Amino acid sequence: MMPTLSEIKKSFLVSLWFMFLTFPIMVIRVNTTENLVLWRWENMIYIGIGSFLLSFVWRYMLWRKEIGKKDGETGSEDAPSFFQRLLSDRRYAIPAFVAGIGFVVIFPFVMDTYQTNIMITALMYIVLGLGLNIVVGLAGLLDLGYVAFYAVGAYTYGLLNHHFGLGFWIVLPMGAVMGAFFGILLGFPVLRLRGDYLAIVTLGFGEIIRLILENWNEFSFGPSGIAQISRPSLFGIQLSLSSSIIYLYFVMIGMVLFTIFVVNRLQNSRIGRAWIALREDEVACQAMGIDKTRTKLTAFALGATWAGMVGVIFAAKTTFINPASFTFLESAMILAIVVLGGMGSIVGVAIAALVLILLPEYLRAFSDFRMLIFGAIMVIMMVFRPQGIVANVRRSYKFQPDKHP
Amino acid sequence: MMRAPLTMETILEVNNLTMDFGGLRALDHLNIDIRKGEIVALIGPNGAGKTTFFNCITGIYSPTEGDIVISSPKPAGAQKRERINGLKPNQVTEKGMARTFQNIRLFPNMTVLENVMIGRHCRTRSGVVGAIFRNRAMVREEQAVVDDSYRVLEKIGLARHVNDLAKNLPYGAQRRLEIARALATEPFLILLDEPAAGMNPQETLELDDLITRIRDEERVSILLIEHDMKLVMSLSDRIFVMDYGKKIAQGTPEEIRNNPVVIKAYLGEEIDA
Repeated sequence: MMPTLSEIKKSFLVSLWFMFLTFPIMVIRVNTTENLVLWRWENMIYIGIGSFLLSFVWRYMLWRKEIGKKDGETGSEDAPSFFQRLLSDRRYAIPAFVAGIGFVVIFPFVMDTYQTNIMITALMYIVLGLGLNIVVGLAGLLDLGYVAFYAVGAYTYGLLNHHFGLGFWIVLPMGAVMGAFFGILLGFPVLRLRGDYLAIVTLGFGEIIRLILENWNEFSFGPSGIAQISRPSLFGIQLSLSSSIIYLYFVMIGMVLFTIFVVNRLQNSRIGRAWIALREDEVACQAMGIDKTRTKLTAFALGATWAGMVGVIFAAKTTFINPASFTFLESAMILAIVVLGGMGSIVGVAIAALVLILLPEYLRAFSDFRMLIFGAIMVIMMVFRPQGIVANVRRSYKFQPDKHP
Repeated sequence: MMRAPLTMETILEVNNLTMDFGGLRALDHLNIDIRKGEIVALIGPNGAGKTTFFNCITGIYSPTEGDIVISSPKPAGAQKRERINGLKPNQVTEKGMARTFQNIRLFPNMTVLENVMIGRHCRTRSGVVGAIFRNRAMVREEQAVVDDSYRVLEKIGLARHVNDLAKNLPYGAQRRLEIARALATEPFLILLDEPAAGMNPQETLELDDLITRIRDEERVSILLIEHDMKLVMSLSDRIFVMDYGKKIAQGTPEEIRNNPVVIKAYLGEEIDA
């Protein structure tokens, strides 16, 4: 692609527009103590040149994307991504796998408590992402109130621990059951809804749960929340703070592996195919003999199960919960993980969870620009790779061409 | 062309079927019957209510009035008459009536094989627990689903596309995949909604052959809605003609061709247009 005159003109207009937009914040500085206005014209020049060049890069990338689309008849969206090619090659996959395990095992012993804590959070979001992936990615039911099940799990542990002193390992399966129960509870009224309507109702559901927790003081202790929830114990032994964080880290690793195992098996099963069919075409799905009601409810229940369990772990990790941890922003974050990772793709969701949770933490060095960079990355991802980091590839089967049984 | 011997055994009986949408009567006391091993065509001008009729008998709509009675050969041996009004679409399919759609409704982002495997859903049982633990029964069932689905695709002539995404198939192949998917549900009656729409003459010819073959080899009865008169006349054992929600004629292709009422209602319009 040669930079033709019209291209240059386009970029010039873009840079003009950016200079205009950023004028108030980048050029004018008002010093209120001395009543001075500082005009920083040099900033405007930087912005102009920067956006001029970046607009070229931007259009070049878009152009490459278009070319890629024309190249394959199937379209670039189906082409295997870099990660998939990397993982399918044994020469790279096995060393990468070993290095990955090594990294995972020594991580909490090498890094400090702060780093381990961040990693635990990221792992929790992997499981949350994979759980929501069942509902949104596989079954195609847009759920904006997913955090409600997370809250249900957390409060299950918080309340049972507070009132009855029940331990982490007893409540963990109870959290799963409570999550599933509330998943079905939400599932019933929304059976007939889809798309935008479903999203709004689930959004409402999430808010209802949060508002109940906030206002029903006798039950949930309101906004002040529940404190001094016990950390998980190892065979009845109470651990010190730092070792219990390491312990929780490995609990979370186990949880992630368990989730990946189950979700992977589910999505290539009869029930998983039914979910995908439901996502693809609800009417055809029913006409092919799939019970819509049951399929939707299992999707909601199984999706919520993971949120319930992670909720229990969350309560055990922070030892304090209150409704402020379960706002809509959390749901949006988990949804972003699913969409950014690639709907229905396990590896993609895991990578996206790590990126979306760790990135803002490590970007703290850039303090003010942290969220700006974060937002820009999201926008760029969605423009250039709308199918997510790792697009879901359907399983292929091998047959002898002349097999006549 | 070999024709399967016709029996007089009725497998689908529709009595006085009426469907109102508010003040609009889309179907008006319709009586239709289909016998075992028959290919029956349902024709009529646009808006006559043919697709509404399909939607009623497959459970997508719940009819206002009338009876839909099937004599299902499932479970094998036990011939029993059964009223299927008010059943859900998936229950109707389970009883053994599968359909295709006028505007193709495949699962575009699933492979061709998976599309057919969905058709096996209602004939298999494994659930969440089986999926997670992969016990022997589940593994065997899963393998059977794959094998059965592949066999259906071979029969339909789509075997070389097994792992392609359904959305990447050529148009004619997509229509055939819909038939394959319906066939995978082990129906005794297949309802085809304009299977030849958008096909070129060559593809239509192949479709003609395919439908006859399905009837003969799979012992399935076929009810089709179609506008391609050549196809209808060559395929059908009997034809029902609808106009404004009413049945205006029925009979063999020969009788229909010469029926003045039909010519007036249907063919007359075609000439005008």
